[in-house]
Amino acid sequence: MSEVLVLIDHVDGAVRKPTYELLTIAKRLGEPSAVFIGPAARAGGADGVTEKVKQYGAEKVYVVDDAQIKGYLVAPKAEVLQQIAAQALGNGGLAAILIPSSAEGKEIGARLAIKIESGLITDAVDVTADGVATQSVFAGNFTLTGKVTKGTPIITVKPNSAAPEESAGAGAVVEFAATISDAAKKAQIVASQPRQATGRPELTEAAIVVSGGRGTGGNFEPVEALADALGAAVGASRAAVDSGWMPHSFQVGQTGKTVSPQLYVANGISGAIQHRAGMQTSKTIVAVNKDEEAPIFELVDFGVVGDLHTVLPAATEQIVKRKG
Amino acid sequence: MNIVVCVKYVPDATADRQFESDNTVDRVGVDGLLSELDEYAVEQALQLKEKAGEGTETVVTALTIGPEKAVDAVRKALQMGADKAVHVSDEAIAGSDYVATSLVLAKAIEKIAADSGSPDVVMCGMASTDASGGVVPAMLAERLGLPQVTLASVVETQGDQVRVKRDGDTATEVIGGTMPLVLSVTDQSGEARYPSFKGIMAAKKKPLETWSLGDLGVDAGQVGLAAAWTTVEDTTARPPRTAGEIVKDEDGSGATALTEFLASKKFI
Ligand SMILES: Cc1cc2nc3c(=O)[nH]c(=O)nc-3n(C[C@H](O)[C@H](O)[C@H](O)COP(=O)(O)OP(=O)(O)OC[C@H]3O[C@@H](n4cnc5c(N)ncnc54)[C@H](O)[C@@H]3O)c2cc1C
Ligand SMILES: Cc1cc2nc3c(=O)[nH]c(=O)nc-3n(C[C@H](O)[C@H](O)[C@H](O)COP(=O)(O)OP(=O)(O)OC[C@H]3O[C@@H](n4cnc5c(N)ncnc54)[C@H](O)[C@@H]3O)c2cc1C
Repeated sequence: MSEVLVLIDHVDGAVRKPTYELLTIAKRLGEPSAVFIGPAARAGGADGVTEKVKQYGAEKVYVVDDAQIKGYLVAPKAEVLQQIAAQALGNGGLAAILIPSSAEGKEIGARLAIKIESGLITDAVDVTADGVATQSVFAGNFTLTGKVTKGTPIITVKPNSAAPEESAGAGAVVEFAATISDAAKKAQIVASQPRQATGRPELTEAAIVVSGGRGTGGNFEPVEALADALGAAVGASRAAVDSGWMPHSFQVGQTGKTVSPQLYVANGISGAIQHRAGMQTSKTIVAVNKDEEAPIFELVDFGVVGDLHTVLPAATEQIVKRKG
Repeated sequence: MNIVVCVKYVPDATADRQFESDNTVDRVGVDGLLSELDEYAVEQALQLKEKAGEGTETVVTALTIGPEKAVDAVRKALQMGADKAVHVSDEAIAGSDYVATSLVLAKAIEKIAADSGSPDVVMCGMASTDASGGVVPAMLAERLGLPQVTLASVVETQGDQVRVKRDGDTATEVIGGTMPLVLSVTDQSGEARYPSFKGIMAAKKKPLETWSLGDLGVDAGQVGLAAAWTTVEDTTARPPRTAGEIVKDEDGSGATALTEFLASKKFI
């Protein structure tokens, strides 16, 4: 069976959940080969990357030590994938290359597409066994299905596109020595500040997201308290971010994160098209807004017309009580 | 200094965007405009020019690929303050995918370079507001053999040195590079200016060229829907969400109703 390359999403060797989703999708298309570009020391061991991806079906794990390349943006990783793809093609064939649909992942896919003369599909929310990818487009108003018709399909896949399925893979380690050109080392990562842990679920992975907008007036306490009562992640509209109330990493929408949780609670958010673009595909949508004409109410399964500063604390209290 | 700023003409996001029967975007039936996210790119290009000062001659060229109406996108850029504009328009380009779009852009940039000097900065938006791929700048860097310094929320320059802040997925990074390079900027990079009356009048006299694929030496068979390396099989409008229950909060009734709803859906 042909290999399917899956670029592992990780922070310093800590594997992130989208990796398991991609491996699960890869199994539909062929034989999953995980690609780890990171500190080689984190590949082995009981707690290492190889052990983790094996449990989700990785038959092979290409390990590429990133000591020489981690200081540069995007381009070196595209070269690594190009070289691994060439080797896989020479072995038993290559069915597809799956990359997490992060900002970096999409740019890696972009450069790779030009290098290996292959079509690129971005932001897939599903991929079938015959390589048909689904995209959610125009602010979630349309669903589009498509396929790569040239070369090796390169598909970037959004978080939550598959429920990770455990299955034992061989996890055969292939230490891969990539050759990186000087040209790929021209955009330097001069400094890097890891995002601070919030103690709450990751926004793009959370089952529940509670968001606040301009209507919070800058006081996010009621939003955060409700989020904590529900075990949810906190999100924000661009208006709240532009006002400096929340960091940009909390922004939901076209130029922020796309979320698709089981439950999305929008508080003091009017429901502009660009905000909808980031949350419209949520399973259940709830809004609290004092304006009954707010467009967000067109989307909701349940809405409360009222002041979030009174509704949220009262609801939070009741929820905490019920949870006992 | 030479700056080329790539701007896309897109259907208005607040209008009723549709697909054609061949699954391409309806770019004619819906009002279009310069992608709002590319206004930030024009703004940063103009700020680079202003920073370079009067002494150095800096030329900002706005470049767009698109149908006849797409000329509006570069016109707006000229009104904002760009010096020159190029509109690449050719029926054969319709339906191009990322790969073909980046090819035509790269060829146009090479022609601009040959005609009036190599660009020091190829400036792009973070993503278009219609397809929002966010991949064309990286493809351009690959094709032009330039460093990519992309998704900048803050741009700083000193001579030919560029430093930007990039809000990555798991970290905030500072990226550095030396011109020439491809730079893309986000909507956090600073409000874009409005065209002034003077700017609107001045724009009418600025050079605006229209190029075809022939002018770029690109074979029509390399671009467009038929040559795309990806194909769209189907587009479906999402069924409208069924109207939900909306209650008015009176003396705390809203909180209770909300809690009941969440419990009924097993979220509590
Ligand atoms: C290119 C582009 C990209 C964009 N990207 C994004 C994006 O990624 N994400 C995003 O969110 N936006 C984005 N926007 C901005 C978007 O158009 C809206 O401006 C923004 O979403 C508005 O935020 P808001 O709903 O918080 O504020 P507003 O629209 O001002 O709405 C505030 C709401 O709060 C309600 N309210 C006020 N007080 C209370 C109270 N006490 N209790 C309850 N309700 C109250 C009001 O009735 C109102 O409905 C983008 C815009 C552009 C042009
Ligand atoms: C809903 C939808 C989904 C699509 N999905 C895919 C897909 O998965 N794979 C694929 O190959 N194609 C896809 N396409 C086609 C793709 O959108 C076009 O090729 C488009 O011309 C370039 O992509 P973009 O708008 O996403 O650009 P982005 O990569 O988002 O653009 C980033 C920047 O590049 C510059 N730029 C982009 N286009 C132009 C232009 N025409 N003129 C000047 N500057 C420009 C601008 O500075 C812009 O801010 C899709 C199109 C649509 C409408």
